Amino acid sequence: MLARAVATALLFLAAAAPRAASAFPLLAADTPNDGGQSVSLTWTLPATPPAQWTIVRRELPDGAFAPVATIDGTDNSYQDSGDGLKDGARYEYVLTAVPDDPALRSEVSAAVSPSPDWFDMTKQNVAVVLALFFIVLFVYIEQARRGMKWNFRRIPGLDAIEEAIGRATEMGKGVLYVPGVQDIDDIQTIASMILLGQVARTAAKYETPLQVPTNSPAVYTVAEEVVKAGYQDVGRADAYRAEQVRYITSEQFAYVAAVNGTMLRDKPAANLFLGAFFAESLLLAETGHSIGAIQIAGTANVHQMPFFVVACDYTLIGEEYYAASALLSGDSMLLGSLKSSDTVKIVLIIVVVVGCILASAGFTQFGDWWSTTQ
Amino acid sequence: MKREIPILITLIAGLFCLIGFFVPHPWVRNGYEDIQNWALILVGLTYVLGVANLLRVNLKGVTERQRDWVYKLALVVSLVAMMGIGFSEGDKYLDTTSKFSWMYRNFYSPMSATMFALLAFFIASAAFRAFRIRSTEALLLAIAAFVLMIGRVPVGNMISHYVPDLADWLMEVPQNAAKRGILIGAALGVMATGIRLILGIEKTYGSGGDGGAS
Repeated sequence: MLARAVATALLFLAAAAPRAASAFPLLAADTPNDGGQSVSLTWTLPATPPAQWTIVRRELPDGAFAPVATIDGTDNSYQDSGDGLKDGARYEYVLTAVPDDPALRSEVSAAVSPSPDWFDMTKQNVAVVLALFFIVLFVYIEQARRGMKWNFRRIPGLDAIEEAIGRATEMGKGVLYVPGVQDIDDIQTIASMILLGQVARTAAKYETPLQVPTNSPAVYTVAEEVVKAGYQDVGRADAYRAEQVRYITSEQFAYVAAVNGTMLRDKPAANLFLGAFFAESLLLAETGHSIGAIQIAGTANVHQMPFFVVACDYTLIGEEYYAASALLSGDSMLLGSLKSSDTVKIVLIIVVVVGCILASAGFTQFGDWWSTTQ
Repeated sequence: MKREIPILITLIAGLFCLIGFFVPHPWVRNGYEDIQNWALILVGLTYVLGVANLLRVNLKGVTERQRDWVYKLALVVSLVAMMGIGFSEGDKYLDTTSKFSWMYRNFYSPMSATMFALLAFFIASAAFRAFRIRSTEALLLAIAAFVLMIGRVPVGNMISHYVPDLADWLMEVPQNAAKRGILIGAALGVMATGIRLILGIEKTYGSGGDGGAS
């Protein structure tokens, strides 16, 4: 306790002492692209760094210097986001060596004032692409409003969805819809719910039993509403049964066991695996294959695609999966959004090619600007 | 109104989160984090609905002696037992010495591992079908898979040091190129889907949608 008090007193004295001849500069600046209450310190390491540095800070105009952190002697930067740092207040910093050495003491930094930023400049490349996307989207939506039609390539997996439901109807069997194993905050699950609405309408129209086992209670509540709405849309609200959409469990392999059990007992004629899948993809798809069901899968999880390609009759890969709802609906506004996605893709392909050429020629700034790992 | 209000809530929350991604200022970021916390609270509440649904569906199956009602009974008993024991142990239920943890380790974990272990057999059966050469693409797939498998085991290096090199090249160049192409496409799909939802262009998920797979 006494030693600590003496050390603190020494630090205050060191900070308040006249600048030593060998003092090195300490640069203090407001941390960029942050939410405030943070100051970034940088310095050049001396030839023989100490065991540790102590960062000492005081609030202007009349605050006393006090240690805020002790860091490794080989560090040459520090971000002070400590308690008590206030936006708009002005601070000075000093770096002192541990153990104290007057030769290893920084100058008092220039006064710095932390403040929050209104835009994270490290995300400007994302903002540019997003802005481009919005602009192109609004252009195509306007064109759609004026009656413009576009042609998109047919995706066999999408055509097969209605075919699969029709097959189930003819066989007098049901359709099993598995919306993946992620929660409702995953965009793949959200896309799956959109597709589920369209599948529910078709199933209701054909009076085909539809089962939706879910592995998240949030997905269950959304899926229930979506399926109910689908039945209502085609005037078959009376045909909807509460047991159709079920919450099973949030445990991955327990969920697989339950879904595989459903497949083996009920033998649905069509299995639709649309959502985010992981290790369970092949367990589900191979069981479905063993009962002879027509199987359509769609996912954006690259590592699971080969399993679905092998075990399913049709697979929607990556962007095909996200485009499915627009293509199925045929709505001109939704198709406009697909057109904008294709246009931005062309722009990004050009950016990739130009970036490759420039990087090969030794100009890396262009590629660096597009990096999202700054 | 049943349709417009959810779209309006989606629009406001979505735009706020979109802006919050770019703006670190506390005036925006705090609201952004509040929305995320509200989402967590809502998801937490849905567990009540989920368990209620599970009990309703399975108890109905048991009382009506539906097909396989015994399995449903086993599920309900397991659920009630785990919940009861978990609640009885209060905040100690996750301790390694708790009864709840013992049951999880000795009942659930082995069953879960058994399910996962089935994957080995399913991979074998799926691979058998995948490598049947019925087209040019299937031939290319089979050759690539053969090179990769041989290149990843010591015998590949014994045949020639070019075999592991070729396997690495297959993974690093053609495989990576295809994967990145898919990822870029999927990322744009995510963006398009997100914007469609936020702006309320995507209406096919609610009642009254004009879409349909018909």
